[in-house]
Amino acid sequence: MTQKITLAKGLNMGLRKAMEDDDKVLLMGEDVGKLGGVFRITDGLQKDFGEDRVIDSPLAESGIVGTAVGMAMRGYRPVVEIQFDGFVYPAYDQIVCQVAKIHYRSKGRVKMPIVIRIPFGGGIGAVEHHSESPEAQFAHTPGLKVVACSNPVDGYWMIQQAIACDDPVIFLEPKRQYHADKAELDDTETPEPLFGSRVVRRGTDATLLAYGPTVKTALKAAEAAATEGRSLEVIDLRTLSPLDMGPVLESVRRTGRAIVVHEAHVNLGMGAELSARITEECFYSLEAPVLRIGGYDTPYPASRIEEEYLPDLDRVLDALDRSLEF
Amino acid sequence: MNAPPPAGPTDGAFGPDLVDVFGPSQSHGGPDLVQLLTPEGERVHHPEFDLDFSAEQLRGFYRDMVLTRRIDTEATALQRHGELGIWAQLLGQEAAQIGCGRALRKQDFVFPTYREHGVAYCRGVDPLKQLGLFRGVDHGDWDPHEFNFALYTIVIGAQCLHATGYAMGVQRDGDVGTGDPDRDTAVVAHFGDGASSQGDVNEAFIFAASYNAPVVFFCQNNQWAISEPIERQSRIPLYQRALGFGFPGIRVDGNDVLATYAVTQAALQRARDGQGPTFVEAYTYRMGAHTTTDDPTRYRLSDDVESWKLRDPIARVEVYLRRNGLVDDAFLADIAAEAADLGHTLREGCKALPDPVPGAMFEHVYAEETEELRAQRDGFAAYHASFEGSH
Repeated sequence: MTQKITLAKGLNMGLRKAMEDDDKVLLMGEDVGKLGGVFRITDGLQKDFGEDRVIDSPLAESGIVGTAVGMAMRGYRPVVEIQFDGFVYPAYDQIVCQVAKIHYRSKGRVKMPIVIRIPFGGGIGAVEHHSESPEAQFAHTPGLKVVACSNPVDGYWMIQQAIACDDPVIFLEPKRQYHADKAELDDTETPEPLFGSRVVRRGTDATLLAYGPTVKTALKAAEAAATEGRSLEVIDLRTLSPLDMGPVLESVRRTGRAIVVHEAHVNLGMGAELSARITEECFYSLEAPVLRIGGYDTPYPASRIEEEYLPDLDRVLDALDRSLEF
Repeated sequence: MNAPPPAGPTDGAFGPDLVDVFGPSQSHGGPDLVQLLTPEGERVHHPEFDLDFSAEQLRGFYRDMVLTRRIDTEATALQRHGELGIWAQLLGQEAAQIGCGRALRKQDFVFPTYREHGVAYCRGVDPLKQLGLFRGVDHGDWDPHEFNFALYTIVIGAQCLHATGYAMGVQRDGDVGTGDPDRDTAVVAHFGDGASSQGDVNEAFIFAASYNAPVVFFCQNNQWAISEPIERQSRIPLYQRALGFGFPGIRVDGNDVLATYAVTQAALQRARDGQGPTFVEAYTYRMGAHTTTDDPTRYRLSDDVESWKLRDPIARVEVYLRRNGLVDDAFLADIAAEAADLGHTLREGCKALPDPVPGAMFEHVYAEETEELRAQRDGFAAYHASFEGSH
């Protein structure tokens, strides 16, 4: 069956499907029950699955993730919602010291099939701690897998795949896309693999690498560049740990140029890793150094000036000009 | 008979006990301390927590504690000989651990910190497994699901949330309040007085209370968080904190194996019956160091240690058994011989523990291995293979 859905709807449908398919799947988090989550991603699920499976949690992020660890040890598959990106830090210890390591230190005897959903990124005019991009913190942690969806169809499939995965998955949702665009979902199709990057626009002059909210930015930039006769390839990374470098390297070998676009701070971010790997693997194919466009190395600014902080079409095109000058 | 006044376990939260923690009575645990066997080996009774113990059970407790102490002293010696990197000693806490450990049923699940060697022993975990952890050959090599005993947790207090979550899972499985003694399940979280200051422990209390989870928070208050005394953690006796979270707190003489057993059993049964969490404060003393890297002479008085030695948890059981003709010299000699054998087995077994092969570091990072990690592992193997024959 096909239908037009938003990202929020896709995630909601995906969670519902996962809960129908496996009664060990539980949702936990602040306000996920009666309210349906502050972004309404879990809307209606408590009504249909009950309070034992859609659990309104006390306001304690470490508690939410830490109890999920115990739930997983009892054989459940908890999906926890961190209300906003900047609130994940109280749970950081449980995520990086416990969730990430229990499978390892138990020699595989204890599985941690936990999904930690985090609405991430800026652009919604929020107050501080509501617009951050913490992905590098988690991608830097062995034992965790980190993915970011960018569109409604991926939202529907990727959340189900993350829940089915026996490893802990940090699941990043671009909050400003939740209700932005609709896309056609055909739920009879076979989905892309969860841990795979994907070329979303073909091009020949340079490769733009993006994920989550910046995929849309990159596609817009590619459209604008096309009017000036420049052909940009756009890759939606989708998975940040593990990185799926295959399509990236293949593309950069063809175009000779790569520009990474993300909202997170540039310093020691995903762009740094991508740049290093591309340089190691494609050195002789490169016509220019790998460039990075991202948030500046400041705390996330007050929202009235966030548009200056967030990578936009013009900054991407400016980087393209610099790349082409080499 | 010197039974304490018949106060409920959570009564008197705002009574004179507020200053108890600083006063002279503190060293005796205060008026609410549940005790069934005095330091002098005298059997006393308690209006709420009292049980009949068979001679066999009492001899069993004695044996358990002697063997547990032997595990600890042997491991401490092995550390001094360079066979272990570090060891977390439990000397003095045998009664707290055996009392709690023996009150468990098979289906109950334990979340330990890193000092629960006596509880591990009760669960059937080979003590060599703990030696392996402290020797550095792995991160703990027992199967938590086989023994219903989670791996040791080094980060203070983190496991209290795991226990609470596990208990919430038990609830969802319908394994509480059925009346079936083989099915109803309790969960125990172990932690220390220092951990009571951690956010995770307090969050665990909130979650457990909010969902009425079948979990027993078993705090071994051994008076010291490395060099920080209990006064640095709490202005009130720890067990009184439970009231603020909405569940009962009980202070038990942690050097009294009978009382610890009785109180823990009651708390476990309460959890299994679906009546929710209980906080048990086992009031005890760490006679040794925090770990073998620590020097307690820098921060505490030898008088304190000496006074606690008089309350040795093993000695009082031995006195009681002897005085009541429940053991003879031959029995005690047998136990001593068994302990010596255990020591020998651990000594030899520890030295024989093989180092892991270096490539093992790449194993089990993920349930579903990643290409990038596989490439690193292969690269590591190839790098090492390149040295073969060159030295």
